[in-house]
Amino acid sequence: MIVEIGHYALILSLSVAIVQSILPLLGARRGDARLMETGTIAATGGFVLITIAFSALVTAHVTSDFSVLNVYQNSQSAKPLLYKITGVWGNHEGSMLLWVLILAFFGSLVALFGRDLPAALKANVLAVQAWILTAFLLFILLTSNPFTRLEPAPMDGQGLNPILQDIGLAIHPPLLYLGYVGFSIAFSFAVAALIDGRIDAAWARWVRPWTLIAWIFLTLGISMGSYWAYYELGWGGWWFWDPVENASFMPWLAGTALLHSALVMEKRAALKIWTILLAILTFSLSLLGTFLVRSGVLTSVHAFATDPTRGVFILCILCLFIGGALSLFAMRASSLEGGGLFAPISREGALVFNNLFLTTAAATVLVGTLYPLLLEVTIGKKISVGAPFFDLTFGPLMVPLLFAVPFGPLLGWKRGDLLGAGQRLYFAAGVALAALLVTLALTSGARILAAFGFALAFWLIAGSLTDLVLRAAFLKVGWRSGLSRLIGLPRSAFGTAFAHFGLGVTVLGIITVSSFQTENITTMAPGQTVDAGGYAITFEKIVPRAGPNYEEQGALFSVRQGGVEMTTLDTAKRFYPARQTSTTEAGIWTHWFSQLYLSLGDPSADKRSVVVRIWWKPLVTLIWIGGIFMAIGGAFSLADRRLRVGAPSRRRQAVPAAVRA
Amino acid sequence: MGAFMRLPRIALVLVTLVVIVAAAPKGVAIAPAYAVNPDEVLSNPKLEARARKISEGLRCLVCQNESIDNSNADLAKDLRLLVRKRLEAGDTDQEVVDYLVSRYGEFVLLKPRFDWDNLALWATPVVVLLGGGILAFLVMRRRKARRSPDALSAAEEAAIERIIAERG
Repeated sequence: MIVEIGHYALILSLSVAIVQSILPLLGARRGDARLMETGTIAATGGFVLITIAFSALVTAHVTSDFSVLNVYQNSQSAKPLLYKITGVWGNHEGSMLLWVLILAFFGSLVALFGRDLPAALKANVLAVQAWILTAFLLFILLTSNPFTRLEPAPMDGQGLNPILQDIGLAIHPPLLYLGYVGFSIAFSFAVAALIDGRIDAAWARWVRPWTLIAWIFLTLGISMGSYWAYYELGWGGWWFWDPVENASFMPWLAGTALLHSALVMEKRAALKIWTILLAILTFSLSLLGTFLVRSGVLTSVHAFATDPTRGVFILCILCLFIGGALSLFAMRASSLEGGGLFAPISREGALVFNNLFLTTAAATVLVGTLYPLLLEVTIGKKISVGAPFFDLTFGPLMVPLLFAVPFGPLLGWKRGDLLGAGQRLYFAAGVALAALLVTLALTSGARILAAFGFALAFWLIAGSLTDLVLRAAFLKVGWRSGLSRLIGLPRSAFGTAFAHFGLGVTVLGIITVSSFQTENITTMAPGQTVDAGGYAITFEKIVPRAGPNYEEQGALFSVRQGGVEMTTLDTAKRFYPARQTSTTEAGIWTHWFSQLYLSLGDPSADKRSVVVRIWWKPLVTLIWIGGIFMAIGGAFSLADRRLRVGAPSRRRQAVPAAVRA
Repeated sequence: MGAFMRLPRIALVLVTLVVIVAAAPKGVAIAPAYAVNPDEVLSNPKLEARARKISEGLRCLVCQNESIDNSNADLAKDLRLLVRKRLEAGDTDQEVVDYLVSRYGEFVLLKPRFDWDNLALWATPVVVLLGGGILAFLVMRRRKARRSPDALSAAEEAAIERIIAERG
């Protein structure tokens, strides 16, 4: 019964979405306030309906209702409750339902918080949102219905892919989707502006917070996913340039560009057309990511869906939205007024530079991901594009961009002083030079590349804090009043500093771990000790254990330094009978920012010893901590008073007074 | 200003500390390379290091974008052993790679070759960067030419003078 209610609610939400696609748009054309208002009601109602549908599916999973095909295929009664819930989106149908739930959620947010929006703009935005919603609801109902029943109902289910039975599944997909789908708002605003043929500073003030929210979630989602892959897959790698990873990375790159370009548009009314194009491109890349993952066109560790009808359906959605939006752009963009004059060396110029490199990076990842596919379809040749390609192309693109980051916030709007900015950065330059020389000295000049990498990372870290230190004027007004000035700075200044600082921290982690990690692969029997990363690691014993839906051979290792026991590492090979698959549970010890990573290989023929892989990964956690800093930066920026549309502005009253004085 | 001048020295000390604490004790001594499974290791460490380097660029054909160096698959192990066998037989790195390509096709390379088929792949970053740069430059210049305000005419100058005089 509950399942049928969910199914019914989902169908009903489709009809509501169709209404929302048409009526508000008509209302905006005719200037009919009542018709425009239907958008608000439909968006909220649609969200409620999809929530009901989603809750029904969760209920079916939690109660292990195996008469539902989706539950039978992806669940099992012995599975722990947490994985019964997260298993809802650990499969194709459920994850698409989560996708539309989040889409409807964002739509309802615009409906509820958009009271101050111009009525026509709001109506158009909600209509465009409803187009996307309609397309994906049709996709779910026609090709991927999670509510399909099974007759007769089996006794037990097939269980969830063991790799997905992890807390990571609870966090990673929802965060990623909040990011992916969040960019739909920027897209809808862009299309609405093109339909209207009008775009102003208020538009940018609205788009920036929505983009920021999506960007924060996507940043966290990608970091989280990277850490999950790192500890779960047992290779100790944190980024594989896997097509599915690329699918989430492309919208991030484009979204980061969008964020910066919306900033210029908000402050200086420049780059309007470019911002619109980026908003379209960012969400298009999100859609492309959804297509790549959901169609099964690339089979990889992540892809758990293979069915060509679905692929073709999403491809049609993709062409419709990307093609439609870009055609609209081509027709209308020239009528939008470009504005804001600026010199090449200026804050705007720096942001154009940033956009140029980020867009090129996104294009590089895009072509690297799709090229094998294109070549196979066109001339039937099979090639691979992997990490060595991206190292050679993406890497060099990042160097000038990262080098330029500290300059940006120090340049003035309209016309900047590069020399002046450089002079203010000499402390950061000193730090970078010191890092370079110290690394060269310690490695006897053997690691030149690593030394320059460290210099770049410290340049970013110190450079990102320079702006705050200078604006607080610690050196001029002293410690105490400097601190009060620091607190008084606009939050967006903190946002910039935190995000750029986080970038530096991530770079530091990447450079350190890729230059100085040590690897030790050996065969060990209980009682044996090996030396890895300066620690003596002893294989203590093997303990057979049983979990709720798996059996495992646990292996305990003790870690000693100078005879003192630092920790014990618990690692295991797990076997899941329901799926007849096994997983490796890595043993990880975090020491400050570094980690000792141990994973088990195959046992020897006589079962008395086992292959053990031990990595010492210096500063590896900084890679993800940096991501968290970036997200915190985004949150600061979001909290800035200027961005809270409708919040009474202290600044607006203060400025004229200052001018009069 | 005086305090500022001292900062680089303080920074030097700080960075020294950070780098020493972070990387030096464990990182500087680079461990000898081991193959993915201990029984595959070649006794000659130089040859083994070359084998590792080659392995990182070769795709495990049955996996997704995974190098044979990372993969646990049986095929990856076979390929790793094959690479080592060829190296022991005296092949150069290039000869080993060419041999594998002749057997498994270009699919085995994680870094596609520079050739006409892959032109668009390798050219994209350069073309987008240069094209975008040139476009941005042209747009900026055109806008400047179009929007640069003309100097005020004599009549306008006179009008401003008059207004200032009236208000002042």
